[in-house]
Amino acid sequence: MLKYTFDWSIVTSGKYFEWLVSGLKVTLELSAVGIVCAFILGLLIAVLKMSHYRPVRWIATAYLEFFRNTPLLVQIFFWYFGSYKVLPAAVNEWLNSTNFEFAAAAIALTIYTSAFIAEDIRSGILSIPKEQMEAARSAGFSYLRSMQYIILPQAVRITIPPLVNQFLNLAKNSSLAMSIGVMELTYQARQVESYTFKGFEAFTAATVVYLGLSVVITALMDLYNKKVLNPHRA
Amino acid sequence: MIKFEGVHKWFKKLHVLNGIDLHVKPGEVVVVCGPSGSGKSTLIRTINQLEPIEEGSLIVDGMDLRSKKTDINKLRAEVGFVFQQFNLYPHLSVIDNITLAPTKIRKTPKKEAQEQAMELLERVGLAVKRDAYPTQLSGGQQQRVAIARALAMKPRIMLFDEPTSALDPEMIGEVLAVMQDLASTGMTMVCVTHEMGFAREVSDRVVFMDHGVILEEAQPEEFFRNPQHDRAKQFLKQLLSPMH
Repeated sequence: MLKYTFDWSIVTSGKYFEWLVSGLKVTLELSAVGIVCAFILGLLIAVLKMSHYRPVRWIATAYLEFFRNTPLLVQIFFWYFGSYKVLPAAVNEWLNSTNFEFAAAAIALTIYTSAFIAEDIRSGILSIPKEQMEAARSAGFSYLRSMQYIILPQAVRITIPPLVNQFLNLAKNSSLAMSIGVMELTYQARQVESYTFKGFEAFTAATVVYLGLSVVITALMDLYNKKVLNPHRA
Repeated sequence: MIKFEGVHKWFKKLHVLNGIDLHVKPGEVVVVCGPSGSGKSTLIRTINQLEPIEEGSLIVDGMDLRSKKTDINKLRAEVGFVFQQFNLYPHLSVIDNITLAPTKIRKTPKKEAQEQAMELLERVGLAVKRDAYPTQLSGGQQQRVAIARALAMKPRIMLFDEPTSALDPEMIGEVLAVMQDLASTGMTMVCVTHEMGFAREVSDRVVFMDHGVILEEAQPEEFFRNPQHDRAKQFLKQLLSPMH
């Protein structure tokens, strides 16, 4: 016979519910910061990787290979336990006055994910016919302006499905931040479990919330795809 | 307006332009023809430096294309280019295709740019398509929008690179009509085309190329009635009766 008695009330109300909510808040903040920064950084790295200057391409390639091919957990530990040892004292002082756990996790998630995003954006750019660049350049646009007005708007649309994947990965990967003490959703679920021994309820709640978060991100990107971007493009 | 002097260009070992001398005067309409691989597309693409040249001199609207001081983006803004495959921006509506460069490069206020775009669309007969997207248009319509887009920059020179070669036969006429209308306004035009009717009726001069060399340069009447070069005779014969 099953001896375990379920008590769902602990995750739907009261103190433990509040813990989970505060964890969700941190997870949302971490994901939002990560998604925005990783997208911008990824875009930049993608453009650098396609530069006409070989050294710039090398730097971009080194960045991509390095951060894609090392474990995220190691990168989180590096930023949290490693980076401050080589930073100037003044910077460290400032870092200690902020939420350093959160910052280290956000930096690691941003950099790690930006490498994947850069590759997705780059293949999106490469899929735009080179005649589009020619048309833009022959109108008098510089290379960067051509990218801005003509190539990237088309490339981004093609890149949306893989980008959603990367955004979802980032949101889910943010759970690793608990390893350096960021009090996000997984951390709080763990706390609830420690205090109540109701591991099934606590982690079911966390699972449902992550799932909900993924569904929302997918729906938002879908909406953007349908409404904001021109629906007539072939 | 456009002056080639001893222009050479290579693609790796292939000598695509082999000592080109050509002078196009303001307001002149020049048709460039020749068999495929003759270098005619490369020739027209050097005029706005979509293809850089390796030797010789090329002056376009007073700007030296081999000088480091020449602002190539400024030159390109003065030279309209129409492609064989139209190359409209698929993510923008017809009107936005036309107003993008004037608003971003010329800094024309949006309202003014849109009014100008509508005038151009009237001129090419597509005012009703202002909010359509390129994929909703036929090839002939796309090419007419592409011409309007190039004209929106108020260029001093218009270049056409086989503008009707990708079109179904029944759409060629509408594009040629727009080009003829443009020629009548005194625009300086260089057209790579096999439309000999257009060459005969609209152009001031026909240039015949083969293997990167200009073999013949003549008034259209003269060129069609009495081509000098054997290669030109053969080309015309094949063009007029492809079965033989």
